[in-house]
Amino acid sequence: MSYAELTEKYFRPGRLPHIWCPGCGHGITTGAIIKAIDGLGLDKNDVAVVSGIGCSSRASGYLDFNTVHSAHGRALPVATGVKLANPELNVIVCTGDGDCTAIGGNHLIHAARRNINVTVVLFNNNIYGMTGGQYSPMTPTGSKASTAPYRTIEQPFNITDLVQAAGATFVARGTTFHTAQLVDLIKKGIQHDGFSFIEVVSACPTSFGRANKCGSPGDMMKWQRDHAVMKLAWDKMDAEKQAEAKAAGKFPIGVLFETNAIKEYTKAYDEVIAIAQGGKK
Amino acid sequence: MSRILLLQGNQAVVEGAIAAGCRFFGGYPITPSTEVAELLAEKLPQVGGKFIQMEDEIASIGACIGASLAGKKAMTATSGPGFSLKQELLGLACASEIPLVLVNVQRVGPSTGQPTSPSQGDVMQARWGTHGDHWIIALAPTTVPECFTLTQRAYELSEKYRVPVIMLMDEVVGHMRERIDLPDSYEDIAQPMRKQPTCAPEEFKAYATDESLVPAMPAFGSGYRWHVTGLVHDETGFPKGTGAATVAQTDRQYHKIYDNLEDIVEVEEYKLDDAEFAIIAFGGAARTAYDAIDAARAEGLKVGMLRCITVWPFPEQQVKTLASKVQGIMVHELNRGQYVTEVERVVAGVCPVTLFGKYDNEPATPEEMLAEIKKAMGK
Amino acid sequence: MSLKIITKRCKGCGICATFCPKQVLAVSEIEKIEVVNEEACINCGQCEMRCPDYAIFVEK
Repeated sequence: MSYAELTEKYFRPGRLPHIWCPGCGHGITTGAIIKAIDGLGLDKNDVAVVSGIGCSSRASGYLDFNTVHSAHGRALPVATGVKLANPELNVIVCTGDGDCTAIGGNHLIHAARRNINVTVVLFNNNIYGMTGGQYSPMTPTGSKASTAPYRTIEQPFNITDLVQAAGATFVARGTTFHTAQLVDLIKKGIQHDGFSFIEVVSACPTSFGRANKCGSPGDMMKWQRDHAVMKLAWDKMDAEKQAEAKAAGKFPIGVLFETNAIKEYTKAYDEVIAIAQGGKK
Repeated sequence: MSRILLLQGNQAVVEGAIAAGCRFFGGYPITPSTEVAELLAEKLPQVGGKFIQMEDEIASIGACIGASLAGKKAMTATSGPGFSLKQELLGLACASEIPLVLVNVQRVGPSTGQPTSPSQGDVMQARWGTHGDHWIIALAPTTVPECFTLTQRAYELSEKYRVPVIMLMDEVVGHMRERIDLPDSYEDIAQPMRKQPTCAPEEFKAYATDESLVPAMPAFGSGYRWHVTGLVHDETGFPKGTGAATVAQTDRQYHKIYDNLEDIVEVEEYKLDDAEFAIIAFGGAARTAYDAIDAARAEGLKVGMLRCITVWPFPEQQVKTLASKVQGIMVHELNRGQYVTEVERVVAGVCPVTLFGKYDNEPATPEEMLAEIKKAMGK
Repeated sequence: MSLKIITKRCKGCGICATFCPKQVLAVSEIEKIEVVNEEACINCGQCEMRCPDYAIFVEK
């Protein structure tokens, strides 16, 4: 099926054009999600997309699945309820850096810890876009934002390390420039039987880009091209080289961590049910 | 066949939930509601249901919203501080009309307050706790057997009207043990079901309604795909930014409840037939009134009680009628005067309204209440 | 083979023009993408792949 046909199939009729600004990476990420779902051959009725609040979270309303545009930061608790109540559903969370790592940060680490089979796609544009460009927990130190007119002094999260430490069993990072890889990462995340997390390095030309003189939307995508390093190549660097690369703003992309050693939450709960119905404690 | 048991109110709530078909609980520990979570952790998997202890109170109700969307009857339980936290997603449940039952076993507040002495200080928060115009149902059990029956009633109303229902308990009722007769099996108990669409999935509009004003609610995964949002939406379920859409949503959500007060509002009248003076009370605080009224009558004072089983929507008609019949009303509540303001509004000067508010960590004794009755009656 | 532009969806961000290897595309005065050199198109699909608005597709 062509991309044009995929958009016809998976976007709700009459919902396009979307609300995202010119050059916003969220449309590319949302496109990658439908390509991944189609690639896996999932039935639309068996997919639930849950989002929070913010630019990224408008994705749920466009997509023709079972969808929830919940409350700011709360996508993961709602997604956890959907998944635990009906483990047959493929549950995907569309969330942004403010939604997921600030107000929803606690939910993120606990969902990771439980290893519940939901796939989080973090649309990371390093800024609160919908409210007009305030700094987020993912804004690089020294950036300008509407609430950091003299530049930010806070350290951003290394969010992939954070979720891995919290117990996520599939952790990946992609960019909106590397679209084919991004589709593949989302596919792998959905297929993974456990908590999967894909950070998508996206661009906000309107708020982050203007405040930080990043150039055109095309320039911001070129920045992704020039700063993302494939995981294989990244791993070949020694510690000194990696430190240099990091200092230059470079980052690894690909599957960063994966394990099947931890039991998925809803399956573990099925065992609880079996024990409870067997009358044992 | 039935079982005769000695149960806490919190335990009876659990039995009522299981009987009503509740198959999902998302919770967080907080006294004096924790027994609800502990017991459901044991009972739900026995009936194939799911229990999850979430990372906080907001997440707990969030999980319930998700489970309800997936077609399960869901419950969460909390107390004061947790009730404050849950207000955020209670608003989402109201806005997007997601059935669930929220048990609030009230304790003294604000903030951490007096853990865990009884209070009814959340009665106004139950009505107006989340931001914005919204309409909600709150029920207040007075006895342990009523905890069982009212929890089932809470599910019936929640599913029928697609509204979150608050079981507005208090520590008196939650932790008190009483005799209760429970059926051996809940299989014969009719379980409330939500309305399902009759049209084909491709014709389904998520918030289109018939004259009941309550939209059908197919479960996620049923083949009916729809969108849930806390944004103001039109009948399609998608956001709509117009003033007309706000008015339409607000009015429909109001009318679906307030056009059905006869079905929703339940009160108990205790010795009101010949009463010259009435007490209005609800929940655990109402327990004192039975004995106080009997003692007053023994002294020749014709006193009765209107007990609000449905606390919200306010039993407006019942209170109006009462005001026209008695010479005075005394509102008894375990706070410094909240529900009394609503009674005063409705009575509107037809008869004197006084307050016996109790907020010293203890429920009133019948003797204390009798003294207050006499004072209010000028005896 | 041809380029199909859905003008209603195009926001004129210019990403497609930036990544077009043959300078087939340009943003017009009204901030919509337009084909300025169709003969040069090599059907590489960069524009379709990178468009955040599902506004340009390569039709076979």
